Amino acid sequence: MSDVGFLRSMIRPWQGRRIPLSWLLLTRQPVRLIVALAGISFAGILMFMQLGFRDGLFDASVTVHRRFDADLVLISPRSASSVRMAGFPRRRLVQTLADPAVEGVTPVHWGLMLWRNPETRRNRAILALGFNPEDPFFLDPELAKISGVLKQKGRILFDQLSRPEFGPIAEWFREGRTVETEIAGNRIRVEGLVSLGTSFGADGNLLTSTETFLDLMPQKPPGAIEVGLIRLKPGEDPDQVVKRLQRRLPDDVTVLTKQGFIDFEQNYWKTSTSIGFIFTLGAAMGFVVGCVIVYQVLYTDVSDHLPEYATLMAMGYRITHLLAVVIREGFYLAALGYVPAYLAGQGLYWFVRDATKLPVGMDLSRALTVLTMIFVMCMLSSVLAMRRLVDADPAEIF
Amino acid sequence: MTAVSIDHLCHGFGTGAMRREVLQNISLEVMPGEVVLLTGPSGCGKTTLLTLIGALRTVQSGMVSVLGQRLDGAGRRRRQQVRRRIGMIFQGHNLLRCLTAEQNVQMGADLLPGLSYRARRDEARRWLRAVGLEDHLPKMPQDLSGGQKQRVAIARALAAHPRLLLADEPTAALDSRTGREVVELLQNLAREQSCAVLMVTHDPRILDVADRVLQMEDGCLLPAVQ
Repeated sequence: MSDVGFLRSMIRPWQGRRIPLSWLLLTRQPVRLIVALAGISFAGILMFMQLGFRDGLFDASVTVHRRFDADLVLISPRSASSVRMAGFPRRRLVQTLADPAVEGVTPVHWGLMLWRNPETRRNRAILALGFNPEDPFFLDPELAKISGVLKQKGRILFDQLSRPEFGPIAEWFREGRTVETEIAGNRIRVEGLVSLGTSFGADGNLLTSTETFLDLMPQKPPGAIEVGLIRLKPGEDPDQVVKRLQRRLPDDVTVLTKQGFIDFEQNYWKTSTSIGFIFTLGAAMGFVVGCVIVYQVLYTDVSDHLPEYATLMAMGYRITHLLAVVIREGFYLAALGYVPAYLAGQGLYWFVRDATKLPVGMDLSRALTVLTMIFVMCMLSSVLAMRRLVDADPAEIF
Repeated sequence: MTAVSIDHLCHGFGTGAMRREVLQNISLEVMPGEVVLLTGPSGCGKTTLLTLIGALRTVQSGMVSVLGQRLDGAGRRRRQQVRRRIGMIFQGHNLLRCLTAEQNVQMGADLLPGLSYRARRDEARRWLRAVGLEDHLPKMPQDLSGGQKQRVAIARALAAHPRLLLADEPTAALDSRTGREVVELLQNLAREQSCAVLMVTHDPRILDVADRVLQMEDGCLLPAVQ
C-alpha cells in the first residue's frame, strides 16, 4: 500500500477493504488451524489452571481471616503466619479503647492443637480459635445463634469442611450421636458444626470458648492473646486510626487493617514458601508451550507460502504489508484460541471446586490476564515467524 | 519516454575467484506498446536481465531506467514502487493457493490506489472475462488447468494496469496450442493497454507475435535480427 493509499484508507475505510488474506491463509487449511487452536487453548487452559490454583490456595489461606467482624486487627510483631501466631499482652487491646474512634474490641486466642481422630485414634494438628461466646467475632450471624453452647466447659464447634482425616465428626454429629474426643489429654465434646474451610496452614478448624481454649493449652501465659479485633465507629478512616494507634502503643504489637491482616497472611504464603513460585512457574510453562506451538504453526505457514509471499513482493506489495498479514494471523489465532480456553477453564474450575472445596473461580482479572498472555504469546510468535519472511526473495521466483 | 532503457549493464554473482559475470555490457531499449521477445540458451543470463528490469535485484553497474525511473542506485523503497507499475508473469503461475481465481486477480487490482473494494472486484472480474475465465471466478487454483492458471496469472498481472509486462517463459508448462493461445491473449491485451511486453522464451513457435526478437548468448546481446 502506498502512503497515499494508506492515508486514503484511513479517511475512507471502505476503500481500504481488502481480501482477508490472513484469514484465508488460516482457514483454507482447517486441520492445521484446528491443531493450532488446540495448542493455544491447551496453553490457555494450563495458565487458567495454574493461576486458578494459586489464587484459590491463597484465597483459601484467609477464609477464617475474612470472616472476622473487625476493622482493625492487633497481632504480635513476632507472628509469622496463621500457623505461628505469637502472643501479646491483652491489655494492649484494652488500651486501644482509649481512642475515640474505637467502638469495641474482641480478644481472640489462636493456636494449633493436636486433635485425636475418635475413629482411628490418630493425632492431627487442628487450628483452634478461642473467643468469648457472649461476643461472637464473625460477620456471619449464624455463629451468634449457636455460640451459646460453648459457655459450658469442654465444648467445641467443629468445622464440617475440615479434611476427613479428623474423623467422621460431622456425620456422627448429624446422626445425633454424642461426639467426644481428646485434645492434649482433655476430653472435649462437639456441640455444633460450622463451615469455615481448609487452608494451607490448617487442615481443619474448631471454635471454642476462651476458658476451654486455655484449659487445652495450659502452657500459654495468662493474659496473652494472639489476635485482637477492633471495631471502629461508623465513618472512621481505618488507615488514620492504624497510624494513630501504632504511634500510641508500644512496639510489642502491630496494628493492621483487616485487609492488612489478610495481606499479611497471604504474603507469608506467597513470599516465604515456594507455593506461589511453583504455580507461577506452571503458568509460565503454559505460556512457553503456547509460544512454541504458535511459533511452529506460523513458521510452517510462512515457509509453506514463501513463494507466494515472494510473488506478492514482486507484484509491488511492501514487506510491511506482508508482515501485517502474519501479525493478523497471530491475532486471529489468539482470539479463536482464547474462547475454548475460557470455556474449558470455567468447566475445570467448577470441577475443581466440586472435588477439593478450594475457592477456585473465574474472576475478571484472571480472565484478562490469560487473554493478555495469549495475545502476547501469539504476537511474539508472529514476530519471530516473520523473520522467515526476510528469506522471501522475489528475485528467486523467476 | 522509453519503457525500458539499459546502457552498459554488467552483472555478476559471487566474489573474488568465484565471481562469474552473467551479463556483460548489455544495452537495449523497449518502446511503449512494443512486444519484445528475448531468447537464448539456458544459463545465458535472460532471467537475470529480467529480474534486474523488474527491480527485483540491485543494479551493480551500468544504467537501467524503467518507466522513467532510474534503477541503478535505487533503494528498496524505490524498487518496490517501480514494481507496482510492472506486471510480472512467471514460469510457474505462482497463484496464491488459498485464494480463488477472482481473489487472486484482485490481489493485483488491490494495488491500484483510490478504488473502492467493489471497484477493485469489478476490475478483477473484468480481467477474468478478458482472459475468458468468467465461468471460473470462485474456483481455487488447484481446480484449474495449467492454461487456465496461466490465464489467471495474466489477468492478475494486467489488473494492476502496468505500463510494462515482464514474462518469464509463460508457455513452458503448457502444450503448444494452449501456449499459443495464452501468448496471443497476452499480446492483444498488452496492445490494447499500450503496455510494453518483454518476454523470455525458449519456444520457437511463438516468435512471430513479437515486434522484435533479441537473442542472448553467454551474457551478451547478439546483434538484432529482424
